[in-house]
Amino acid sequence: MDIHAISILCATIAVSVGAIGPALAEGRAVAAAMEAIARQPEAANTLSRTLFVGLAMIETMAIYCLVIALLLLFANPFV
Amino acid sequence: MIESPLSAPIVFALGPVTITLPVLTTWGLMAVLTLGSALATRRLRVVEPGRVQTALELVVQTLNRQIGETMQADPAPFLPLLGTLFLYLATANLTGLVPGLKSPTAFLETAGALALVVLLATQALGVRARGLWGYLKGFAQPTPLLLPLNILAELTRAFSLSVRLFGNVMSGEFVIGIVLSLAGLFVPVPLMALELLLGLVQAYIFTILAAVFIGGAVGSIERG
Repeated sequence: MDIHAISILCATIAVSVGAIGPALAEGRAVAAAMEAIARQPEAANTLSRTLFVGLAMIETMAIYCLVIALLLLFANPFV
Repeated sequence: MIESPLSAPIVFALGPVTITLPVLTTWGLMAVLTLGSALATRRLRVVEPGRVQTALELVVQTLNRQIGETMQADPAPFLPLLGTLFLYLATANLTGLVPGLKSPTAFLETAGALALVVLLATQALGVRARGLWGYLKGFAQPTPLLLPLNILAELTRAFSLSVRLFGNVMSGEFVIGIVLSLAGLFVPVPLMALELLLGLVQAYIFTILAAVFIGGAVGSIERG
């Protein structure tokens, strides 16, 4: 395998593996927020704002993996 | 071969300075937002406000309330910066859906510049609220051992702010482009509707995170 094929393979692995963790974490976060809103509907505003900020934080991990994949594909220092 | 999403296409050059596509789109957006605001606020009335004025008041009040609730402080000194950020980001994220245009935030330069603005504003507002020594002392809390980590956290927050915005907007447009080239004309329409939502959510998140960072620096809320 030459460096191009390895880069493409690694980019795919980075995105697919990097998506697992944040997906599970976001699912748990949303589930917890839903439960909290169901228990206390009057706190929905505060909860959803905190949820959005938290989701953004979690999502950053997946985005980092995406950026690594893009670096491998388009700005690879070894090609 | 797809063109690299990490580099911006150059539109024209003014001598040694090259003007790229996101810069040009940003100038257009600035002109539209400035002219639109100037036109909409030309005839403001206290009694019997017009339709445009009512809509504008709704926007400003919602921004005011959200920022105030997030920062747990009077939002008035922060509304100009954060409100402008939100309005610019919302329009910039949605320009990608107009045929022939590309979101300026889908390029790393624009997102990085906006994050830099937030980073500098955080420092400046923190120094203004607590004094230079008081603000710098905040970095050595709770123990001076955490000083390098706190400084690093300040920089990585700005970095993740820019990468998050860039990654989300760019990947959305990228996926639409790929689906369009694979499947055909009307298939990516649901994806574009999703992108409409995601663009607004990203603008909201960027603004709220900026508010959280500034609130932490000013001292109205716990340092995030």
